[in-house]
Formats: sequence, C-alpha cells, structure tokens
Amino acid sequence: MLHDSITPDLLSTEPEMAHTRDGYGQGLVAAAEDDDRVVALCADLTGSTRTHWFAEQFPERFIQVGVAEQNMASVASGMAALGKVPFIASYAMFSPGRSWEQIRTTIGYNEANVKIIGAHAGVSVGPDGATHQAIEDIALMRVLPGMVVLAPADKHEANRMVRFAAQHEGPVYIRIGREKTPVVTTAEASFAYGKACKVFSGEDATTALLSTGTLLYNTLKAAEQLVAQGLAVDVYHFGTVKPLDTEALDTITAQCERIVTVEEHQVAGGFGSAVAEYVAETNPTQVIRVGVHDQYGQSGTPEELITHYGMDIDSIMKAANR
Amino acid sequence: MRLLRDTDVTRLQTTANEIRQDIIEMLVAAGSGHTAGPLDMADIFALLYFHVLQHDPKNPDWSERDRLVLSAGHICPVLYATLAHAGYLPKEELLTLRQFGSRLQGHPHRTALPGVETSSGPLGSGLSQAVGMALAARMNNPYTSQMVYCVTGDGELNEGQIWEAAMLAGKQQLHNLVTIVDRNGIQIDGFTKDVMPLENLRAKWEAFGWHVQEVDGHNIRQVNDAIGKAQSIYAQPSVIIAHTIAAKGVDVFERDFRWHGNPPGKGPEDRVPRSEQAAVALEKLRTLGGTIEASDRN
Repeated sequence: MLHDSITPDLLSTEPEMAHTRDGYGQGLVAAAEDDDRVVALCADLTGSTRTHWFAEQFPERFIQVGVAEQNMASVASGMAALGKVPFIASYAMFSPGRSWEQIRTTIGYNEANVKIIGAHAGVSVGPDGATHQAIEDIALMRVLPGMVVLAPADKHEANRMVRFAAQHEGPVYIRIGREKTPVVTTAEASFAYGKACKVFSGEDATTALLSTGTLLYNTLKAAEQLVAQGLAVDVYHFGTVKPLDTEALDTITAQCERIVTVEEHQVAGGFGSAVAEYVAETNPTQVIRVGVHDQYGQSGTPEELITHYGMDIDSIMKAANR
Repeated sequence: MRLLRDTDVTRLQTTANEIRQDIIEMLVAAGSGHTAGPLDMADIFALLYFHVLQHDPKNPDWSERDRLVLSAGHICPVLYATLAHAGYLPKEELLTLRQFGSRLQGHPHRTALPGVETSSGPLGSGLSQAVGMALAARMNNPYTSQMVYCVTGDGELNEGQIWEAAMLAGKQQLHNLVTIVDRNGIQIDGFTKDVMPLENLRAKWEAFGWHVQEVDGHNIRQVNDAIGKAQSIYAQPSVIIAHTIAAKGVDVFERDFRWHGNPPGKGPEDRVPRSEQAAVALEKLRTLGGTIEASDRN
C-alpha cells in the first residue's frame, strides 16, 4: 500500500527522472514571487545549482559573491539582520563543507534567518570524484542547535521544501543532488515539516525501512521485493532529518523489531545515527544503517558508486534480511 | 555629520577616559580577557556612540539605526562599557563580564544584550556581515543614508575572509559601508610586522576598490573628519586605518603585545608587578582626565 503522496504507478513503471536542483530553482522563484524579502546569493555556481532562474527574474535581488563560500554565509547573515530572507547556494562540499564555522557562528549562534542549499550532495555526483561528493553534510548541520535539516526525496519535494523554508523563521539546510533521480512524489503532495511519512505499509510489519533523501526510490523498490519474498516491511520517508520525528519513531519501535535506515551519507553522524541515538535512549531496537561506511567516494557513474558503497536495492534488502 | 565643537571633543575625551577605567575594572573582575585593544579603541568608540551613530538606546531595534559591527569580538569590553555609558545596560552590570549567566559574554552574543548587532569572535566574519547589512540597506533604499560601520583589528586582516568581503564590497560599490581598522601593530603572538606583515596596507585596500584614509586613532577630531569624508564618498566603500597605540592610556602597558590577551594582574611584570597592575592602571587613568593628546601618536 503506497501513501497517496507517492506516484501511484511508481513501482510498476519506469519512473520519470528529474533533478532535485530543478525543484530548488523553481521553488526559489515561486518563493520570491510570493515574498519580496527573499534574496539569493551564489558562489559562482549559479547555473549548476539552478539559482540562475532566480537571478534572471530578480537581478536586483541576486548577489553573485564569486568563489567565496565563507564570505557568502556571513554576508547572508548580515542581510538577514536587515530583514531579508537569503538563500545561499553552492555545492554541499563547500557550503556547509568549507564554511561550517561561519554558518555556526554567524547564522546558527546568531539566529540568522538564512537558508543554506547544499547542492551536489552524495556520491551520486559521479565523475567529479571524492572532493566534490559531500557525504558528511547532514552530520555537520544537524549538530548545530536550531538548524533545520531537510533532504527531499525528489524534485517536487525539493520545491515544496524551499517554499516552506522561505516562510520558516530561522536557519534551514536543504541538501539536493546533481543527477536526475526518480520522481517519487506527486506534484500535488504537501510538505509536513518535522513529520515522517509512512509511504509504504506492509501487513503487521516487523521491519521498518527509514529513508531520507533521494534513496527513497531504492528503498521502496527493496520493500516491494522483500514483501514478495514474504518479509513484511513498512517504509517511512523522513524528509525532515532535524527536528527528528520522535513520535513516528515511538510508533515504529512499539511495533517493529528491526529498523533499517537508508541515506546517501556517511553512516557516522548522519540520519541513521540520529535514529539510533533516539531509539537507544527510549526503546532499544536494532538499527542497521545503510550508507557510506567510513570511506571517501571516487569517480564513477552514479549507479556504480551507489552500488559500490552499498546503497542499491540489493544492499537495502540484505540489510533488512541480515 | 553634526558639528563637532571643541567642547564636544573635551566631553568625548572625558567619556573615553571613563570607558577606559571601566574596561580595567571589568577585566580585573573577570580575571581574563583582552586589555590592549579595548583601551586603544576607547576614543573611537566614544566618538561613534556619542557623536556619529544614529541610534536610540531606548529603542535598540529601531530599524533605521546605523549599524556598528564589532568584527574583532575580543575587544568587546570597550563595546560593553560604551553601551553602558549610552544607556543600553546598567553600569553595575559591567562587572559581570565573562561570568556564568552574564549578558556580557566573553565574546559578544547578539541575542544576549541589546545594542550588540552580531555575535563575533572568530575573526574576519564581521566584515562580511557588515557588507551584507550595507547591501540589504541599499536594496531597501538605493539612496539610503543608513550607514554600516565595521571595526576590525589589524591582526584580523590576516584572515582570508576579510579580503573576500573587501572584494565583494568593492565590486558592489558600497557607499554606505565604513570600516575602521584598529592599527595598533600588535596581535597575540607578537608585533604584526613579525607575525604577518600587512604593509602596504593602504595599497591593499585601494587595490580592492576602497577609499582609504589614515588617521591618528586618538585624535577625535581627525577621526570624525575622516568619517565625515567617508560618508560623502560616492560609489566606493571606505576604510579608515586608525593608527592607535596599543593599550593607550596606561603608559606602562602601551605598545607591548603581551597586553593583547591578558588582563591587569596577569600581564607582563617588567614594568609593573602583577599585584599592582590594576591599581596603577586606574591611577594613571584617573590623573589623566581628558588629556590624551592628539600629538602623542608616535
């Protein structure tokens, strides 16, 4: 049973493929049309982050800062101090990767209303290699008090999250990817901030698959095959990594014996860690984390890398069956 | 710019002297903190808060106020003491500096104390924030007279982020941004010329598109004139390199980099024993009155 936010024929047909960064770029234009406080800054990656649509439509509200991510974070903080709602966009490896202290002090600690877009997150960046594959950004951001951390499942959700972030008071981090990924949700679905969504329901499931970001598709495909093999599973999508939906986790641990978390990120410090931390303190349940295990990425195709680092459909099934 | 009369200068010098005494008392009560920078910036802070800035201590969030961004957060004792004189907080509270629960955090925190425009301490990021404020003010009103002032140290100019921010301000021709550099020639590890030479500092700023002035940072009239000129510069950000004497006002502390990061009672002992440092500093300042001379520059 698929939740009604999920494309109905997702599992029976070839999925439509689209960029989460397109969702960001379109969402930003929509947010800016609704609210003239919205401004955008970019560090010489305007086209590849899809900030260029905003820059073309609102040139007077766009600041090109050049290749200077640390400056960009703090300039945005200053603009927020005068009532603007700045979105800053770069690759996640550089923002927040390079600019973490500026984000901590001048945005987080300072309680500045800045929205941070980390593009090209994950190993699926592909041929650019490890230097450009951010697999630590969730950890870097979720450790900051007051920081909201969001990871959309697809293009539509990226769009919804950007429009939510524009109206949310306080710092928000949104991680998006480089490659086209399956369009998992419908265009009409709504975004429930801080709420996990049970996107697939098994019969009396004893295993729950918890996914964040674009690996939701692989997770759903794994669930379909697990059910066919006779293992009842539920699938939850955590678009909001922080604040973590602990109510959903309470429900899950009351019912399930095993949790499998899925993320395109280091298993240390990421979404799976957040789940394990909470579950260990409240209702100890086995948590198996699918993600990158203490390694850097490398060049390759997205498919090769997702498989090599153990985040493909088979790997998720193996984790559920372990 | 408002007219600065000779009587105003005398009043500001007297206020600066009182701020210096507060700084000594705060640092002694805290038992840690920075001495040299706060002392040598007292004249400029008195000028800014009691003559230059458009602000309202009774309404700290007034949206049209000028902004003062203290990028060199470690010299916050001079900011706190000045804010207390301006009425942002009770003077008694100054002695809570660096204590548990105090609004006067070891480095400034925006949400802790009214009048503090931003949290700072990690060096270099204040100028970026000031650039952001100036950009936003100009977006709100291209003809704005709302000014953003940023105070940086000179050691702070070692930070790459300063030059990222300087490059952007130059590109954006931010006429409403004035940076004041506390050019006291020292940083924690030594003289700036030894730790990381900054000269030719004027040429560096000019190369980034800034209007540059150099002044005696203890000559209130000279600094005021430079700020007035900076406000009138069109299509360029302005920097005022304020040549100051580290720890100005307490001659036995002056020009010694070892006073950068130590409070009275924990400073170098060759000129005054630690047990007497606080008392000697206060005595020097009390007898000095408002008589710091502009000519006492070199």
